[in-house]
Amino acid sequence: MRRFFERYDLVDVIMWLIAAAILTAALIGSVKTLQSAKYSNNAWVDLTVSGLTQGSIYALIALGYTMVYGVLRMINFAHSEVFMGGAFIGYFASTWMSASGFMNENPILGLIIVFLVAALTSVAIAVLLERIAYRPLRRAPRLVPLITAIGASLFLQYMFRGLFGSQVRSYPPMPRLEGAITLPGGAEIDYAQILVIVAAALMMLVLYLFVQRTRAGRALRAVSEDKDVAALMGIDVDATIVRTFVIGGAFAGMAGVLYALVYRQVTYYMGFVPGIKAFTAAVLGGIGNIPGAMLGGLTLGVTESVGTILFLDGYGIPAPYQLKDGIAFVVLVLILILRPSGLLGERLARAKA
Amino acid sequence: MTTQRSSPFDTALRQGAVAGGVAVLLSLMGMVEAFSERDIVLGAISMGMLLIVGIMVIFGSSAARALPENRAGVRLGASALAGVVGEMFLVGLVILGQQTNLRGVFPNASPVLWELLRFGLSAPVAYLAMLGFGAGCGVLGGGLALLSQRFRGPVIVGVMAVVMIGLLEDLIGITIASNPLFATSPAVETANQFFLAQGVESGLTEAGAVVVFLVASTLAYLWPSLRSGARSRTQVLPAGRRAILPLVIYGVFVAFLLILPNFLGPYLTDVSNLVMIFTLMALGLNIVVGFAGLLDLGYVAFFAIGAYTMGVLTTTAVGGEAGQIVWGPGFSFWVALPFAVLLSLLAGVLLGIPVLRMRGDYLAIVTLGFGEIVRILALSDALKSNVGGSQGIVEPAVPSLGRLTAALPSQHVYYYLLLACVALVIFIAIRLRDSRQGRSWMAVREDEDVAQAVGVRLVSTKLLAFAAGAAMAGLAGAVFASKVGSIYPHSFDLLKSINVLAIVIVGGMGSIPGVILGALVLFGLPEILREFSEYRYFVFGALLVAMMLTRPEGLWPSSKRKQELHEGFGPEADPPPEGVAAPSGAGSA
Repeated sequence: MRRFFERYDLVDVIMWLIAAAILTAALIGSVKTLQSAKYSNNAWVDLTVSGLTQGSIYALIALGYTMVYGVLRMINFAHSEVFMGGAFIGYFASTWMSASGFMNENPILGLIIVFLVAALTSVAIAVLLERIAYRPLRRAPRLVPLITAIGASLFLQYMFRGLFGSQVRSYPPMPRLEGAITLPGGAEIDYAQILVIVAAALMMLVLYLFVQRTRAGRALRAVSEDKDVAALMGIDVDATIVRTFVIGGAFAGMAGVLYALVYRQVTYYMGFVPGIKAFTAAVLGGIGNIPGAMLGGLTLGVTESVGTILFLDGYGIPAPYQLKDGIAFVVLVLILILRPSGLLGERLARAKA
Repeated sequence: MTTQRSSPFDTALRQGAVAGGVAVLLSLMGMVEAFSERDIVLGAISMGMLLIVGIMVIFGSSAARALPENRAGVRLGASALAGVVGEMFLVGLVILGQQTNLRGVFPNASPVLWELLRFGLSAPVAYLAMLGFGAGCGVLGGGLALLSQRFRGPVIVGVMAVVMIGLLEDLIGITIASNPLFATSPAVETANQFFLAQGVESGLTEAGAVVVFLVASTLAYLWPSLRSGARSRTQVLPAGRRAILPLVIYGVFVAFLLILPNFLGPYLTDVSNLVMIFTLMALGLNIVVGFAGLLDLGYVAFFAIGAYTMGVLTTTAVGGEAGQIVWGPGFSFWVALPFAVLLSLLAGVLLGIPVLRMRGDYLAIVTLGFGEIVRILALSDALKSNVGGSQGIVEPAVPSLGRLTAALPSQHVYYYLLLACVALVIFIAIRLRDSRQGRSWMAVREDEDVAQAVGVRLVSTKLLAFAAGAAMAGLAGAVFASKVGSIYPHSFDLLKSINVLAIVIVGGMGSIPGVILGALVLFGLPEILREFSEYRYFVFGALLVAMMLTRPEGLWPSSKRKQELHEGFGPEADPPPEGVAAPSGAGSA
């Protein structure tokens, strides 16, 4: 039996078989679902748009994971709580402005303020996290910062629960964002969804330009390539790492507000699921790779939204949407088996890093 | 760190600010208020107050420790200032809270809290009292830092003893009162009245606190000489008698464990059952994380599989009616138990295969995904007819051995069953650790590539670790299902995995006694201190971070793991120059 397992090729074969089985099942399911013609074209458009919305948010969070992974070679498990923190404090800013009537008079300025407040909160959390929890452990064995990150995540989550209570809080209504535009085919897209997609695209464009065109961006790329050599080239590695956390935090905070605009509520545990999905998205796109995170986010969002129905409904499974979160994990495992480097990335999953 | 060079004033301000921040945070989280219900020393010190005292003392002492050794007066002054600055934050909070209504944002910012923080005094006096209180606590901490090691240890032990006995007072009281052996004895009665505040109030009496403190600190002070005395006395024993000694000690310990439930009473027996279930899981995870270094965050999946196997195989509520599962053979507990263990073991191998090639972070997140998939499947309508969906499975079989178990209360049956399981699992874990297999695991943990190069078979080594860990979790799950009497998907969320992980980490990765200690501390205490359980995960998170920053080897470390973790890095150490960095360091890519 030992000999049997010892042959590495066999492990590969088993993994490929698992992957092939999953993909075949998905294919058969899709054909069955499409044959049943239970869903109209508009339904598919709706699913795609909500997938893109969801995916844009994943992409924004995934950027934080991917950039931190790039410079520190660790998964910042607490990043989901950075996201949650932004959404939470953004909620307070938003309720306060709604109550005082400011939001109704200047909806655009109000929204910008909410974004700023959320981004600042998240940046503060992210920077503190780096300073207190991660920096002292930079040379520690791998498991140590990872466990620290899990602890920090738990700490932040329950700190927010303790401070602000465990109840679900609803975002105040934004009259300007209600309503939808109707596409020629009859499908509708909510204003909020458009806002999310457009804002995410803009932010990612800005980030891309920053990383590719500016000096600080070049420093960031150099540090994620090799910290020691970057230091020799005169780059302040600590400052660059902090900058990475700042950018990741700001994006997570704004993603938190966007998320809350679509789903209209905040709770202390709201970060967990989007956080895990965003990590999946980062791996899907190729961890450490910034355009990859964007692509991975959108792909995962659409796969999850459309794929859940497409792959599973044909089998007559009751309530397939309940398995939505499972789909994301299956995608993660598949990617790690078939292409550990992700869609755009280099081969890092196996590297010892 | 830069604290060495900064002025006493700056140091004090910095430590005070952090102390104040922490105190404000804990106050707003409602911890001070929730804990104030429980008195440690009757009418004098509540646990909530102790929280504030503790913070000020700790940061006061760290202010003193950050300063140069020779100037005692300056150091004490800095501690006092730190305490005052810390209390200033609380004064600010109280003033702000009384001016404006913070409750919309912070539900815990209640007038009761302000009253507590002001010590029930009225405005101007209260603020002065608070600042003075901070100074006092700071000096206390500073004084503690100035004491020599010889005295500091005993003082801390004494205070801890008072706190522990004060906290557990009502349980001790109830346990003694409910025990027929003690309840009637007049001596016990008198002692009870002297030490414990019975009735509505909780906590030690003042005289009781003093006695407990003195006894505990004296014992701690004499401990080194007592220990060396005992050791020298065993040295002179003839060899044959000396060999028997450990057996006698173990025998007494086992006998103690066997009669323990008779003293504990039903509630504490139940708590120890829960602790033992978590010990079982933690011992399993200890193999995966502690021995083999594979961070498994989906460990609860195997616990769930064990529980569900037990449920499906033994439940009598079968028939596909609303809320019931369609199929179930109705086995007895003992028949189903091996199936549960076997199925979990198999699941461990199956889930192990896809992650064989993954390391560290990836492994963590993929196993987390597995755990979530199992929970999502258990909860979904897709498998509702097989495992009950959100309605779960009820009435799994209970372990019975005819007349032997019929005579015992059910908690005691589970106690002995779990005790046997824990003993068995500890035995297996020790044997595995000391075997060739165990050495392979540790080699993989230290460096996978080097391990492979010296001939460790990675595939079988990793799969065996997963399988062994999973089997232990499955055993725990099966007993858990039977003990709780129902199986619901929400019992198997990520937090369970994190709980077990916290036990392993805090106790000491790779250390078997550490894991047991971890389960006792992290699981026994919050079960007993009800107010605490609300903040359990907050404290776990803080503990995990603090542990990793200051003592990554855990409370009761295994010697090998300690060496490994302190090799070439330390929280205070400057990053070593390249090439001298820790061999398994993260910075090599």
